[in-house]
Amino acid sequence: MAAPVTNPAPATAAAETVGAGGPDRPARRRGDGIVAWLFLAPYLVLFGAFVLAPIVLGIWISLHSWDFTLPGKPFVGLDNYADLFDPDSVSFDPFWNSMQATGIFTLFSVPLLIVVPLAVAMVMNQKFRGRNVFRAIYFAPYVLGVAVVGVMWRFLLDRNIGAVNSYLGAIGLPGDTAWLSSVPAAWVALVGVTVWWTLGFNAVIYIAGLQDIPRELYEAAEIDGASRWSSFRHVTLPGLRPVTMFVTLVTIIASANMFGQAFIMTNGAPARETQTAIFYIAETGLQNFQMGQAAAASWILTLALMLLSVVVFAVFRARGEVEPS
Amino acid sequence: MHRSRLVVPSRRGLSRRGFITLTAGGLLVAGCGGGQGVGSQEKEGVGGFTGEEYAGSALTLAYWNGFTGGDGPAMQDLVKRFMADHDNISLENNTIEWADFYQRLPAAAQAGKGPDVGVMHLDQLATNAARRVISPLDDLAEALGLAEDDFAPAVWSPAIYQDQRYGMPLDVHTLAMYYNQDHFEKAGISEPPTDAQSLDEACQALQEAGFRNPFWMPNQWPAHLMFLSLLWQFGGEPYAEDGSAATYDDEAGEAALAWMREQVDKGYSPDNVDIDTQYTAFKNGQNSITWDGIWQINDLEESGLPYGIAPLPVIGEEPAAWANSHNFFMTAQAAEDGDRANAAKTFIGWMSEQSSSWSQAGMIPARNSAREEAEYTDSPQYALREQVDALHFLPAVPGLGDVQIPTLEVAVNEGVLGATPPAEALAKQAANATEMMKQNLERYGS
Repeated sequence: MAAPVTNPAPATAAAETVGAGGPDRPARRRGDGIVAWLFLAPYLVLFGAFVLAPIVLGIWISLHSWDFTLPGKPFVGLDNYADLFDPDSVSFDPFWNSMQATGIFTLFSVPLLIVVPLAVAMVMNQKFRGRNVFRAIYFAPYVLGVAVVGVMWRFLLDRNIGAVNSYLGAIGLPGDTAWLSSVPAAWVALVGVTVWWTLGFNAVIYIAGLQDIPRELYEAAEIDGASRWSSFRHVTLPGLRPVTMFVTLVTIIASANMFGQAFIMTNGAPARETQTAIFYIAETGLQNFQMGQAAAASWILTLALMLLSVVVFAVFRARGEVEPS
Repeated sequence: MHRSRLVVPSRRGLSRRGFITLTAGGLLVAGCGGGQGVGSQEKEGVGGFTGEEYAGSALTLAYWNGFTGGDGPAMQDLVKRFMADHDNISLENNTIEWADFYQRLPAAAQAGKGPDVGVMHLDQLATNAARRVISPLDDLAEALGLAEDDFAPAVWSPAIYQDQRYGMPLDVHTLAMYYNQDHFEKAGISEPPTDAQSLDEACQALQEAGFRNPFWMPNQWPAHLMFLSLLWQFGGEPYAEDGSAATYDDEAGEAALAWMREQVDKGYSPDNVDIDTQYTAFKNGQNSITWDGIWQINDLEESGLPYGIAPLPVIGEEPAAWANSHNFFMTAQAAEDGDRANAAKTFIGWMSEQSSSWSQAGMIPARNSAREEAEYTDSPQYALREQVDALHFLPAVPGLGDVQIPTLEVAVNEGVLGATPPAEALAKQAANATEMMKQNLERYGS
């Protein structure tokens, strides 16, 4: 999730300070700059210390054989990157396997996490008794930590002694699916649990978006004889475009960063098939202390995500131009 | 993130990835401080420990360990007794889940905020010695007159890295075969199985008595420990002593992994046993036989299950079992200060002598003398006394534990799941492990 960015500069206070400076225009403009920077400073310091500096340090680390517990951290140039692209190296298979795992998870979880919460939001936006109770119910899983969600579902989805298989068997369905140790069942489990867990968050954002669409547009559509589907298609969806773009980006990034569910529920099983990229990076960097390799892997993942974000932006922008709303 | 190690203290439902921090030390000191002369002038100095107890002014040692489970109270007990005996040394105890322990210790030591003394697993000593986190204890062993034949076989030498001793063994712990006595009685089995044939017969008898899956075969922890035990039983060795190669992809390894999968094929185990399920099923009475660590003893005692404990059956040619050992260490940080070093060694020496009462933790005392005392001979793990002579430890190779997780553990997982034939799975991962070990030799060698 993106860091919450609050506006650090209360506009009125800034205006008053500047106003006291006198009517001299050039001076005031110079003052404006300083004051703006002053107000930005607290955030910039944090941003610099906790985002920019680590990013730059990450590049630096990725060029070394970096184990902070050892005295020597020899410079290896682009070797760490070369290793990750060399099919003969030991890192190649685990890394690309983990990238593939992340890709599979993202591919299946993102569409579901865009569509299902929208459907939930549409229903929750209707007026009916107990609406707030249902809203709370759908949002509730989101407040749980990943550890709670993971451990609980690990118990429920256990192949041999889990409740899910037991109930499936009781109603005559196959009750021997290995949800946690075979593919593709493990992907169904991981995606399903993640959708159950996080759909409330996206739904809340959609509800807020839905409430921002002016009623008059629906009324106008109705007068024009639009069906419910048409008004959804031509009023709701275009009205939600900025919200949908936000939801899509945030969900892609969150999905690409999936770690806890796989770590707790499947531990990467079977073999390493459900070991995601972040899982691999954490194992390499924080357990084996091969931080150079892990930093290189992080950079490749980051670049892939940046590319994907650009594509998503482009798609939404293109659609925005084609469809006049 | 030594996931595998996480399971060790996970009994009694403690959260595997959580950690508990207890600080028992500080409070207890108040009652027994003072009363010491200024004896630290002599300054025995670093590495010159003479065996004399530390007699300097009062100080507090930071003591880290990972005893979060049923072994926690036993350790707290020992710590209390040590402080009652030593007015001038108090301990600030910090208990951290093992998984976090091995990540934090090097980081804390690097920042100069590490402990003075602690306990770690035998197979981690070389890694931490290479990282200069811990400091040699040869003078302590010498001063206490301890030698290899004072300890359980094979536990003494893996604590030596580059000709220096880095650990003082407290216990040995190994795998045992647990069985459900009620099930055995119903199936008419009077003696726990001791070899492949009697185990097979027992499983058949149990199935006939209505226990559909009598021997659940895990594919994650502790599956690779079962594999290592079997490998040694078949006469194999997992790693070259010098840390240059993984050698478990031979006939012994294939036989070991094939036997594990066979238990599934024969229907003794259900397919796809998920993490920890074999143990949960055993406690639920759904599984009749399970191989697991002796660290589960306290948990089983508490559960009230009518369980039996026996040495691992000899499936291969000779008795053998995987083992590890909790070892005391002193950090390089403590070694910089003569007083702290001597106090730390006083503590380690005292603890080593008291190891018989460590039997309460479900462990087997490492010192031979301690294994003659009633606290051990009356304990459930005394049933494994003969297995103590057949224990095998991993060699002192830095970084070996981290190599195993993405290689050996994966091969065993694939083999038991039946996803890949044993020979193929082992060959592939042994090659990967060898490559990683070579990289490690370079990394830690410099």
